Amino acid sequence: MYTRVLVLRFPPDITDKPLVCRLARDFDLDFNILKAEILPEEEGLMVLELSGHKKNVSEGLKYLKAQGVKIKSVAQQIRRNEDVCIHCGACTGICPTNALTIDPETAYVNFEPSKCKGCEFCLIVCPVRAMEIKFAKEKV
Amino acid sequence: MEGKRYNVQKTIAEINQKIKEGRAVIVTAEEMVDIVRDKGEIEAAKEVDVVTTGTFSPMCSSGAFINFGHSVPGIKASKVWLNGVPAYAGLAAVDIYIGCTEPREDDPLNKVYPGEFLYGGGHVIQDLVAGKPVLLKAEAYGTHCYPKKKFEKKVTLKDLPFAQLCNPRNAYQNYNCAVNVTTKTIYTYMGTLRPRMGNANYCTSGQLSPLFNDPYYKTIGIGTRIFLGGGVGYIISEGTQHNPDVPRTEKGIPKRPSGTIMVTGNLKAMTPRYLAGVSILGYGCSLAVGIGVPIPVLNEEIAMSTGVSDEDIVTQVIDYGLDYHMGKARPIAEVTYKELKSGQIKVDGKIVPTAPLSSYARAREIAATLKKWIQQGDFTLTEPQSTIPSSGTPFNN
Ligand code: SF4
Ligand code: SF4
Repeated sequence: MYTRVLVLRFPPDITDKPLVCRLARDFDLDFNILKAEILPEEEGLMVLELSGHKKNVSEGLKYLKAQGVKIKSVAQQIRRNEDVCIHCGACTGICPTNALTIDPETAYVNFEPSKCKGCEFCLIVCPVRAMEIKFAKEKV
Repeated sequence: MEGKRYNVQKTIAEINQKIKEGRAVIVTAEEMVDIVRDKGEIEAAKEVDVVTTGTFSPMCSSGAFINFGHSVPGIKASKVWLNGVPAYAGLAAVDIYIGCTEPREDDPLNKVYPGEFLYGGGHVIQDLVAGKPVLLKAEAYGTHCYPKKKFEKKVTLKDLPFAQLCNPRNAYQNYNCAVNVTTKTIYTYMGTLRPRMGNANYCTSGQLSPLFNDPYYKTIGIGTRIFLGGGVGYIISEGTQHNPDVPRTEKGIPKRPSGTIMVTGNLKAMTPRYLAGVSILGYGCSLAVGIGVPIPVLNEEIAMSTGVSDEDIVTQVIDYGLDYHMGKARPIAEVTYKELKSGQIKVDGKIVPTAPLSSYARAREIAATLKKWIQQGDFTLTEPQSTIPSSGTPFNN
């Protein structure tokens, strides 16, 4: 399951369209509205947590963009659930920034968050789903 | 092993006696590498009694036999699901087999490619050993003696009258190193492979792996007691696809996927640390299984084979992009485990980053745990009741 938190801005002329519902109906996505309001100039703002298959999420976002919705990602951080990681190393071959590497001495897989660029490749490659996204919701 | 004269000759009974008296010397397969290198195999055979091995890797062809107990009135279950994962129910009224690669019935599979396969039989097994309740649903056509047609209850491993892990094919002796020469990313049981040989995946624990340390299965056979999933298990047969007749190195190490073992053990004594459900992107679900086999050092020949190191073990690099599914798995290159573990290999002049799918850290833990069990006298060795088919040795059967 792939999850993103997004800030959506709806121009005034489309605030009355049921665009978000179509994400569920046409793109098989789950959504959770974290925040929604109509701004003074009648622009709509919504903070949305979207989950589903990665491909569907990007198709859904493409659809929203085509309708004139402006989309911004919320600051997010990749972390590892230490209880779940089995230190197999499958993620090390896919991580483009060497944030995930095997310690040649201990054979444990090290994760250095400072090197992570948030590409999210490791999320679905990890066989036990130990890599997770933590959202900085307070920044919204 | 008649006919051959060894400088050192021990029997399993003698080694067990030493274990009971607390005099046996046990080392891991990793420690044995240096011992044999420094002292030679004869001294090593005199000094060391048992070498422990370990591996922790996704192993398809794993599963568990479960008896879930009779209800009143009774049911002769013909269809059974555990947390939505179908189990095979064509055994007896309330006996089932849950296979690790079976996805949840409502899993979207690869309809949206690549599928994630988040929950399957392997995850059910992990949940059970973790003590979590699992929803069991059964359906039946109803008979005079078993009239019930539907049945549903939450079960935990503790409540189940019988639960036995039984894996038809585990601990593959060597396996391919996988690359992809095409121009598109592919999703295989060997993991995600980037185009144009962007990465290479491999998956055995090399020098720690059980069958590499006894390449002709001279001490490993039917009835060998082993570490299985954190508990105790037994080798009950060669595994499916067991194929000892492959090209081998001078030291007898197979260069291709070769030997396998079928293993079984009481699921109730196992732990989720060594039985983990896995989801392989675009491929399916499976179970990572922890196995450790003790090898009795009966003579210098066995000391020699347990001294095997990553630089002695060779595997073939196979293209999973075009060749594999066409049944034309021809090796593009041969590499050693030492090279694979360095983080990169050279194939056709190109530097390719490597990654394991098998946890060397956990393999080490398993070999060390088994060593501790034997040192404490909790675990003794068993005499195999029969050998499994081997090749190129006088002990063939
Ligand atoms: S792939 Fe997952 S389990 Fe394996 S080392 Fe990376 S984070 Fe840990
Ligand atoms: S998100 Fe990308 S950069 Fe960060 S650890 Fe995972 S693979 Fe590496």
